[in-house]
Amino acid sequence: MRKIAIYGKGGIGKSTTTQNTVAALAEMGRQVMVVGCDPKADSTRLLMGGLVQKTVLDTLRDEGEDVELDDICKTGYGNTRCTESGGPEPGVGCAGRGIITSINMLEQLGAYDESRKLDYTFYDVLGDVVCGGFAMPIREGKAQEIYIVCSGEMMAMYAANNICKGIVKFAQAGGVRLGGLICNSRNCDNEREMIEELARKIGTQMIHFVPRDNDVQRAEINRKTVIEWNPECPQADEYRTLARNIENNKMFVVPKPLAIEELEALLMAFGLAA
Amino acid sequence: MLLRHTTADVTERTALTINPAKTCQPIGAMYAALGIHACLPHSHGSQGCCSYHRSTLTRHYKEPVMAGTSSFTEGSSVFGGQANLLQAIANIFDIYDPDVIAVHTTCLSETIGDDLVQIIAKAREEGSIPPGKMVIHTNTPSYAGSHVTGFSSMVKSMVGYFSEPSDIRSRTINIIPGWVEPSDMREIKRLVGLLGAESIMFPDTSDVLDAPQTGKHVFYPKGGVTMPALRRTGESAVTLALGPTASEAAAKALDVKCGVPCETMTLPIGLQATDRFIDAVRLHSGHGVPVAIEEERGRLIDIMTDMGQYLQGKRVALWGDPDQLVALSEFLVDLDMKPVYVVTGTPGKVFERRMERALQGRVPEAKVQQGATADMFLMHQWIKQEPVDLLIGNTYGKYIARDEDIPFVRHGFPILDRIGHSYFPTVGYTGAIRLLEKFLDVFLDRRDRDDPEERFELVM
Repeated sequence: MRKIAIYGKGGIGKSTTTQNTVAALAEMGRQVMVVGCDPKADSTRLLMGGLVQKTVLDTLRDEGEDVELDDICKTGYGNTRCTESGGPEPGVGCAGRGIITSINMLEQLGAYDESRKLDYTFYDVLGDVVCGGFAMPIREGKAQEIYIVCSGEMMAMYAANNICKGIVKFAQAGGVRLGGLICNSRNCDNEREMIEELARKIGTQMIHFVPRDNDVQRAEINRKTVIEWNPECPQADEYRTLARNIENNKMFVVPKPLAIEELEALLMAFGLAA
Repeated sequence: MLLRHTTADVTERTALTINPAKTCQPIGAMYAALGIHACLPHSHGSQGCCSYHRSTLTRHYKEPVMAGTSSFTEGSSVFGGQANLLQAIANIFDIYDPDVIAVHTTCLSETIGDDLVQIIAKAREEGSIPPGKMVIHTNTPSYAGSHVTGFSSMVKSMVGYFSEPSDIRSRTINIIPGWVEPSDMREIKRLVGLLGAESIMFPDTSDVLDAPQTGKHVFYPKGGVTMPALRRTGESAVTLALGPTASEAAAKALDVKCGVPCETMTLPIGLQATDRFIDAVRLHSGHGVPVAIEEERGRLIDIMTDMGQYLQGKRVALWGDPDQLVALSEFLVDLDMKPVYVVTGTPGKVFERRMERALQGRVPEAKVQQGATADMFLMHQWIKQEPVDLLIGNTYGKYIARDEDIPFVRHGFPILDRIGHSYFPTVGYTGAIRLLEKFLDVFLDRRDRDDPEERFELVM
């Protein structure tokens, strides 16, 4: 089983990209589990056809520690296994601790056991690695590969670079490696070239350039991935390509994060060149 | 030789404390809260914190120490402790019916950022706090400060929650006694009474943690400062804060909130510090010093002169809390003794300056340290380099006393293996006499044990 964590700046499209890629992998006949690591619990909405799922932490709160896997792990599009860790209301408690708790609980309940014959587990993680809890998916040999979703916008690149710093720390202790950057296009100037260059400087690759297409939005309104909503549309093929690229990926590196000056120089060179 | 691995060579340490000369913040908050009448301290965190603090207080005071806990689980750490605290407040008033619940935080609830002001407001809104009852709180993260900080913060919170600004100025003196024993608080009140002054002492653990055995268990013993008295602290003439580390924060807060001027003084341990305390109370009370107090002072002076031969030049190592160490050191210097090693785990550079004043320039060889690396290990190393004649500090010093065969007088917190501290004060002139008695006992017992036969004396 390959265990993959998706990181990236808030609002960059991690959940959308993850679910569409997972749908494409499911379409290829792969057994996939998605673990949403976001207190908002919206990482599996498109696969489940809505926010129908009770989160791991909701279950823990309501039913105590006597939780069964079927309570928290539901089946979605293409036989994908979907689970949401959930978390506290905004402004109280500790969301990071919530992720630690729910990942430990999934392990205890045997969600990753051989018998489940999973080909992939995807962790969809909120925003930056702000505290120890948000690093849980890449600690102690959990996810071995990380993909960072970014775009040609300054803050998205800055976040991607910052996440790389987190990866370096955990790569030294465990086996986690960066598999590449996924560019979720915002139609910035020279975006493809800029992200390719950023990837090269960090020592990785841009694994796919996902163009901007309103079909993604239309599918989301229908609570579906593009693959399910309109398998024929060109955007569905983009996600299939991304899924294949991840499936065939052989390039796993310990990233070399850039100094802020280098990052800004990159933007000057590419962002203003057009 | 339980500490046989301790060497005389001191290597520089930056990130290691061995046998710290301090403990957690909440234990101080809990002790302070017990000095309010009919108050149940409540620990907002996991059960273990509460158990540790309760049992250490129980072992020191040899009295049952009651406290509630929010009993955090995995779920409370994630979702916050609001639900647990709301339930606790409702249960506690229902079942145990205290006048006051004094909540303090723990490392866990501090780190997840529980907002106690909001939670207490919600409890009031939900009607869980009966009319006339109070829930107060203080923040006590143990990764900052020490047990003394926790004590100081809870006393400051008493001012924040209770003290009421007033147009009236009474002649009452507020006394914040610092973290001293119930016996010391009782003694301070006795002296103030002899001086003819009205006073409010807060916190006041006398008749709480030294309650008599009557054959009947009383959940809330008769002692402790009452809520009405705490409210009236805002109309007092002055606040005397005994010991800056433990008491000054509350005294200043009372000045800011209610305009009650404050004076911060050394804890009245020993001759000079007691003189200053008596003088301050005399000035504010407007009465002269009564003969009874003058006679107590005279008896102390008499013993100091009679027995000086056994004390003069003795080297002493002390550890514990800043306020006690400063006062004790000044007294030791007045006895011609030499406090040569002084450590406290309670951080604060001001301690070193206060010690300098207390030593009065008469112990140039003194080594004084505060903070994380000023621990019992370092003090033991110093002792190995050049020995001392006497150890003064809490029970944790008994390992050094045994290994190095040094006379040891227990003083401070905690004392887990002797009694007496709750009942016999070390403040005031009679307290100083008791300290002298203790010093002399250990020195003279040592002589009786070690002197060769031809020097063995009947009369000393």
